[in-house]
Amino acid sequence: MVGLNKSDFKNPVINWIDTRMPVFTLMQKEYGSFPTPKNFNYFWNFGALAMVNLVLMIITGVFLAMNYAPNSMLAFDSVERIMRDVNWGWLIRYAHMNGASMFFIVVYVHLFRGLYYGSYKAPRELLWMLGVVILLLMMATAFMGYVLPWGQMSYWGATVITNLFSAIPLVGKSIVTWLWGGFAVDNPTLNRFFSLHYLLPFVIVGVVFLHVVALHITGSNNPLGIEVKTPQDTIPFHPYYTIKDSVGICVFFIVLALLVFFAPNFFASPDNYIPANPLQTPAEIVPEWYFLPFYAILRSVPNKLGGVMMMFGAIAVLFVLPWLDTSPVRSARFRPIYRQLFWLLVISVFALGAVGAHRPQGVWVVIGRLATLYYFLHFLVILPILGKLERPLPLPESISRPVLGGGKMPSGATAKPMEKA
Amino acid sequence: MADTAAHSSHPGGHSGAGHGPGDGTTKRDFLKMVAGAGALVGAGAIAWPLIDSMNPSQDVLALSSVEVNLAPIPEGSGITVLWQGKPIFVRHRTAAEIKAAEDVKLSDLIEPQSDADRVKPGHAPWIVLIGICTHLGCIPLGNKPTDPRGEWGGWFCPCHGSQYDTSGRVRHGPAPLNLYLPPYAFENDTKIKIG
Repeated sequence: MVGLNKSDFKNPVINWIDTRMPVFTLMQKEYGSFPTPKNFNYFWNFGALAMVNLVLMIITGVFLAMNYAPNSMLAFDSVERIMRDVNWGWLIRYAHMNGASMFFIVVYVHLFRGLYYGSYKAPRELLWMLGVVILLLMMATAFMGYVLPWGQMSYWGATVITNLFSAIPLVGKSIVTWLWGGFAVDNPTLNRFFSLHYLLPFVIVGVVFLHVVALHITGSNNPLGIEVKTPQDTIPFHPYYTIKDSVGICVFFIVLALLVFFAPNFFASPDNYIPANPLQTPAEIVPEWYFLPFYAILRSVPNKLGGVMMMFGAIAVLFVLPWLDTSPVRSARFRPIYRQLFWLLVISVFALGAVGAHRPQGVWVVIGRLATLYYFLHFLVILPILGKLERPLPLPESISRPVLGGGKMPSGATAKPMEKA
Repeated sequence: MADTAAHSSHPGGHSGAGHGPGDGTTKRDFLKMVAGAGALVGAGAIAWPLIDSMNPSQDVLALSSVEVNLAPIPEGSGITVLWQGKPIFVRHRTAAEIKAAEDVKLSDLIEPQSDADRVKPGHAPWIVLIGICTHLGCIPLGNKPTDPRGEWGGWFCPCHGSQYDTSGRVRHGPAPLNLYLPPYAFENDTKIKIG
């Protein structure tokens, strides 16, 4: 591997650098000429959107940290000072706050895409698992970020979530005390949460890098779920998908702007504008919307340890999903039964979200338990069996070649097959 | 000129080839410029609030003025007050000090300026200065009569030995400039407002 790179770049300065450190060649190879399936739909925008969102969160976060005071006596007031006194502070904070919600919307759509089109299947298992790691890191980061304003929901959210660990037999109590750095959520907890909230996004950047490395080895999946067979199946990433991603990025910023400028507290709880009070729990305590389905699972199980385990289990099943789904066919387009059951899974997740937002009484308990049951049934029972029973529709021969009737084809594959090399 | 510019820019762009009339500018070149310019404006619009957030915030700007009561300051000594995070010297000069400041020949000064230009008309006993040495930012000594005041009886900077006279003008380096004057005004004979 030792030796200078033979650079093709004409610009002498770029060529000089590229000869000694071939970053330009690397970028050209991985983001310029990178062969990408030519039949992507807009669901394939969401990886790039997540990347943009991560950068947005890090940049706004760095500027917020310039004015935030991670101390239980000062935190709430310092956030109010950001809102009132710091130039554009309201904009930066609202962008960060709503950016977190946007991040989860984008990542959940990204996950939906992966589930629907079977992107987790061989050889992309590791790519998928790195994605689940990113999701877990995001959840930890979002949770700790929500604690920082030190309002009522911050404080009691921190109390409830950290108390989850008290369900662990024998050592639970000691672990919670250790997490808190005291005997209740207090200043030491806030300090360490701030430190970790600043650290974890950069860990996410690292895992995202690995995620992309793995992606560029296997190549992207596509709506047909079949492998790229010939160069005719692909187009270079630039300019085709840089442009397609740009369209999505514009829509992303429009939605973010609508939230920030017209409904900045749409996803927020008014209780978090009350300073933290360790002596009183708010009457309506719910987590941020992106945790609601998991929160609903927690409450659906009438046993403390059981509920906590089911909640973490809901993410753990995603880790082993590549081995739970036994069907060799990736895209749900060619799996008539899986496609229907998949929508049932989506419905149950939305139902869990609704359950999580309501008090656990009456019909909500029943819905919560049914949805929880289906969630686990889908992954642990249906997917392993369905792969053996289901008769998939005939797969197209290649991305470029149209198929023998049957499933709906993307226009890219049907319109002008093989017209241009 | 436009022709040569188009020629020189064309070989670099690869995707434009094959779509335009082979040579010169193409519609795609134009679209690229417009898209690039639009993205640049957007990036600038996003960057500006972030950059501006590092400027002094409203609560910092609100601290922009202080009032000082002059009555308790005895002749021959001065006090230091804090204004915008900086020390401000307010000194009550004796008749001898005023005379010394007024009698200096301007050609003897490092930065020539008459004493009359450094005090408010009719308030010659009062000299108000930003108490930061113009060399490297230390705070000179000399407000208290017992402080070292240097050869010219004004202020003496302990860091590198700069000396100022009773008008706050530099008389001995390494400081290059006179002590700066803050904006201030007399509200009445015994009260000033700085800022």
